[in-house]
Amino acid sequence: MAKAKLGVVIEKPAAGLSKEQLLDLYRQMLIIRRTEEQLIRAYQAGKIHGACHTYVGEEAVATGVCAHLRPDDVVFSTHRGHGHALAKGVTPREVIAELFGKATGVSGGIGGSMHLFKPEIGMMGSSGIVGPSITMAAGAAYTFKLLKTNRISVAFFGDGAVSNGSFHEGINLATVWGLPVLFVCENNMYATEVPFNQATKNPDVASRAKAYGLPGVAVDGNDVLAIYQAAGEAIQRARGGEGPTLLECRTYRTRAHSEGMRDTGYRTAEEIAEWKARDPIARFRDVLLGGLASEGDVIRIDEEIKIMVEEATAFADSSPWPDKAILTQHVYSDSGG
Amino acid sequence: MREMTFVEAAREALAEEMARNPAIFVVGEGIGARGGSFNTTLGLYDLYGPERLRDTPISERGFTALCTGAAAAGGRPVVDFMFIDFLADGFGDLFNQTSKLQWMSGGRLKMPILLRGCIGVAKSNGAHHSGNYYPFFMHIPGFRVAIPASPRDAKGLMKTALRSNDPVLFLEHKDVLMLRGPVPEEEYLIPFGEASVAREGKDVTVVAIAAMVPKTLKASEELAKEGVSVEVIDPRTVAPLDIDTILASVHKTGRLLIVDEDFAPCGVGAEIAAQVMARGFDDLDAPVQRLNGAFAPAATSAVFDNMVPQVPDITKAVRDLLAE
Repeated sequence: MAKAKLGVVIEKPAAGLSKEQLLDLYRQMLIIRRTEEQLIRAYQAGKIHGACHTYVGEEAVATGVCAHLRPDDVVFSTHRGHGHALAKGVTPREVIAELFGKATGVSGGIGGSMHLFKPEIGMMGSSGIVGPSITMAAGAAYTFKLLKTNRISVAFFGDGAVSNGSFHEGINLATVWGLPVLFVCENNMYATEVPFNQATKNPDVASRAKAYGLPGVAVDGNDVLAIYQAAGEAIQRARGGEGPTLLECRTYRTRAHSEGMRDTGYRTAEEIAEWKARDPIARFRDVLLGGLASEGDVIRIDEEIKIMVEEATAFADSSPWPDKAILTQHVYSDSGG
Repeated sequence: MREMTFVEAAREALAEEMARNPAIFVVGEGIGARGGSFNTTLGLYDLYGPERLRDTPISERGFTALCTGAAAAGGRPVVDFMFIDFLADGFGDLFNQTSKLQWMSGGRLKMPILLRGCIGVAKSNGAHHSGNYYPFFMHIPGFRVAIPASPRDAKGLMKTALRSNDPVLFLEHKDVLMLRGPVPEEEYLIPFGEASVAREGKDVTVVAIAAMVPKTLKASEELAKEGVSVEVIDPRTVAPLDIDTILASVHKTGRLLIVDEDFAPCGVGAEIAAQVMARGFDDLDAPVQRLNGAFAPAATSAVFDNMVPQVPDITKAVRDLLAE
């Protein structure tokens, strides 16, 4: 595939970010990483029912995009959605408790990894189906435009969704109708375990924008500042009534598709090692320590998040199970609750 | 009381609700300036413009899922499929997203989306423009399914649908579109899950769906001349299904026939029969019978008109049931 420029160390903060804003990006990426490391341990201990698709290695994308969003902006997420939920403001407590199947989970324990919902802060759900995040995000944007708000909508999806009909229909409709939506492709090069270059003759996702008549931008998906900048420009266009943008973030998941799955036979150990060396958090830490923040600043955040995630895990462990009566509630709008 | 057609009554409901709720918008092919292939939106474009009467490309999966997202975000979309067969491309998202989002979000998201389109073999438009499909939606938790058979019911059920927070499938049989009937001038809504006793009788209960309602009423008039008293029940919505009204009728008559042009296997009649067996077995003087359309796609030649039940088929089925 066409390679994004990788490994470029940005010397100066992008988009005039303050030190606090820069540290917030670091904090957010680290919250995602540490929460998922906790989930991985819990999975191995048998505490998680259902799947656990981690976002390890891709944290920069959700972080750089969601840093621009207001609580009333919305995000439609994927099966790899822990990072999107956390970056949109769901707490580690709510995510961990959800994967433990507890009543205090963000979806009350009925959803697990792939059904994280908190619409009151714009988290419109992670999803077990690849593709509809694109069309549904376009739909939310339709409502925002119709009702003359200046809210915007974001669709996250992987390279796998690019070969799905939802991509074609959703992006075409959003573009022709000028909807305030940002399409964020997290191109991690594999749809489950199928390499993107076996799924398409054109693995340059951003270039497809031309076919639909919207701006297409490719960025290094492991560079949080590059993503922050590109997403900021796209979101400004959307809020300003200039329609959607397709933003391709070239990144990589360094763990298996799903925890507990065999992660061999479709990619090499060398490739994984190469991408681990471009870890978005370690890279950004180096950027920060290159004169933007002190070691003390960074260590304080490391400690803060270590405690946050330990506390969140204890909270999830001690939380009650859901009441079985909720099973048939909310099938219809008037069926309880 | 004034009279109007089914199409006019349903359109009046849509117009009234669009006037009172700015979040309602309609999408579909040719539903803008043209007013819809079946005149479902005639005249509304001039009132509300292109954003609320949105002509679409032929992109059913795209705009069905888009409208699902729009509903989740506080809009109230009406998806006008023209022919309900065209919904098939959007079906995956309908059952994985539209029907489940309220549940998955623990009731924090609502799903006020109306899915409408024409059903039925009628003067057959062939295999791709004649389907019914409502049992699929009865089977899936989360959907409401309205199948009105009269102008009055079309308006009342459409108004309920446009105030419901659930996804509603609103199906319009081609054979009843131009049916004229009384429609009250004052505002009224017809709740879901309330069957209508379209004709009272004492010898046999016939549950009829959509275009089978007027046909069964005609058959009942003929049978009355022979001294047979038929009670005709129109469920009006099949999800929720008003089984109590059917049971009360069977309690009175002891015999039940379900007339439905849709396919028999796993259909509305199968569901009604199972529920009546479970709750009304002692009331039955004969086996529950079904009269359905042929188990095949719709053929176009006029020679195939009787691939769905006609009046003589219904009278015969009633006589056969009475002879049991």
